[in-house]
Amino acid sequence: MTHTTQQSNSAVDSRREQSTFRRFYGANGRAVNSALAFVCVWLFFASQNWPLFTNPGFYGSFLFSVPPSIILATALVFVITAGEIDLSFPAVIGAGGGLFMTLLIWGVPVIPAAMITMLLGGLLGLGVGAIVVYGKISSLVATLGLSFFIVGIVNFLAQGRNLEFREAVGTDGNLFFVGKWDIFGLQVPNHFFLSLVWVAVMYVLFRYHRFGIRVQMVGDNASSARQMGINVEHVRVGVFVLTGVAGALAGLILVQTANMVWFPLSGKAYLLPVLAAIFVGGTPVWGGVGTIIGALFGALTIGLIPAGAVGAGFAGFWTEFIFGIVIIATMIVHRFSGSRVS
Amino acid sequence: MAKSGEPIIELKNIIKRFGSVEALTGVSMTVRRGEVLGLLGDNGAGKSTLVKTLAGVHAPTSGEIWVNGTRRDPWNPAAARNAGIETVFQDRALSPQHSIVSNVFMGREIINAFGLINVKKQIEEANRLMREIGFTSKVFNPNSIVGNLSGGERQGVAIARALYNKADVIVLDEPTTALSLTETQKVFRFVEAVKASGRTVIFIGHNIYHVWDISDRFFVIDRGREAFEGAKSDFEGADHLIHMMRELAETGRADARNYRPPARGAAQ
Repeated sequence: MTHTTQQSNSAVDSRREQSTFRRFYGANGRAVNSALAFVCVWLFFASQNWPLFTNPGFYGSFLFSVPPSIILATALVFVITAGEIDLSFPAVIGAGGGLFMTLLIWGVPVIPAAMITMLLGGLLGLGVGAIVVYGKISSLVATLGLSFFIVGIVNFLAQGRNLEFREAVGTDGNLFFVGKWDIFGLQVPNHFFLSLVWVAVMYVLFRYHRFGIRVQMVGDNASSARQMGINVEHVRVGVFVLTGVAGALAGLILVQTANMVWFPLSGKAYLLPVLAAIFVGGTPVWGGVGTIIGALFGALTIGLIPAGAVGAGFAGFWTEFIFGIVIIATMIVHRFSGSRVS
Repeated sequence: MAKSGEPIIELKNIIKRFGSVEALTGVSMTVRRGEVLGLLGDNGAGKSTLVKTLAGVHAPTSGEIWVNGTRRDPWNPAAARNAGIETVFQDRALSPQHSIVSNVFMGREIINAFGLINVKKQIEEANRLMREIGFTSKVFNPNSIVGNLSGGERQGVAIARALYNKADVIVLDEPTTALSLTETQKVFRFVEAVKASGRTVIFIGHNIYHVWDISDRFFVIDRGREAFEGAKSDFEGADHLIHMMRELAETGRADARNYRPPARGAAQ
């Protein structure tokens, strides 16, 4: 094939013609805009009350409560990118927390109980995914139904009662999850670091692992992916397994942040904030592309609003109003993160 | 391994039903190593179904698929690609929101032991492939998003992907549709180059002149079954082939399976 030699270098040369910034923004625009949105929201609140917002002590409870949202939002990026949706994760949080408490009451130490819970969370996700994919049901409807179904079973098993196991508070395993580090007056709980490790794993899985790449391919054009030999069904079930694990992990962290008290409806409050976090984080609704780092900033933004609004002197009932403003404003910002190409 | 001219793909009595519609009603086709086989047929004759069956997208309702002398079962897209059949689909089968590199390696990523993508190697290989098919430009690079490319450039990505794995057989489904004259010439040069490297090409087209120019042998299907097949030397020229296909469309002869084109010189 000799006819091409005269232009043989241009494919390489053209890479140098784009500036480093443009290339970086082209590949990470959504994450960058989410980070900017977080900074803007913080600046807006902080400008109302500088002394409070520059005091590290203010962020202790924020860092304590935000990790479950971070874990869930980053895992759900896979589902949204695959072109599906999972509304059953709040039910999995409840089921995971209940299972974890039950294991503790049976005498299983915290760390092994956490591992078993995550494993069974994955199995629950496998069941949900198999019903959605092989039952050929819309994931919106199927996970809505399964969400009620799982909550129903959990309520039946719990008979409406809370579970408590105060004996486990302060054990090594418990401290692994919720022990605090004092960093320059900032109380950082260990599960915040764990959530950052989780984000790192999700980031690599999404961008550099075959599974993540295939999730993006399936979400972008499932029939192309199928024609190229990707097992579309396996990929789709895989994303539900991942949210199952994330839901269980969030559930078992949640009961530990509540001093080993579980109530059957824990998790219910996470549905809308987590979905908001994904979209505020720049993952578009149409599937095929997404960003893990964006979801991290999305979860931080959404997590900051309740505390930030109160700290900035707004009355508590303004919180939802501010949620709305922030979500709409960031959606407009993400118009500039790149629209859909086809 | 095997010599040129030996059967590389054998389809035996392939039947494909979609519900009550029988798209293929028993097609038997042999593809020989090193040839360019032109696959012809009217709209709705079953060309695309046959191609998708070859590519593994459709599993046949009944019938056997043999590649390199072994029966392949189960048959799916991954099995077809593993058997050395790469297909450039009519719709290109691309992922428009992703880069040229991601598209070239779709379903066949270069990974290490942990399943992590070897990004550097993929970019190098994509660069090499793009140069090999004369597919280079100042305005795009391996990281360019496919959705921003023109039709001809997208076709280039699909062809680069078919080339990567050094497949024995490359199936091109209507590769010249919606392409400009220069882009069509590029595709023809590409087919010549693939043939020169000893590989097999199955070329599907609407434009009989295009198919005539490029093929060594023709396989014509009509209403879901094979109508006739013949070598280029069996025909006077493209017009003879067109004349025969018109006749086929008008008479719709059910016994066309046994129809052999008249000997050279007998056309008038």
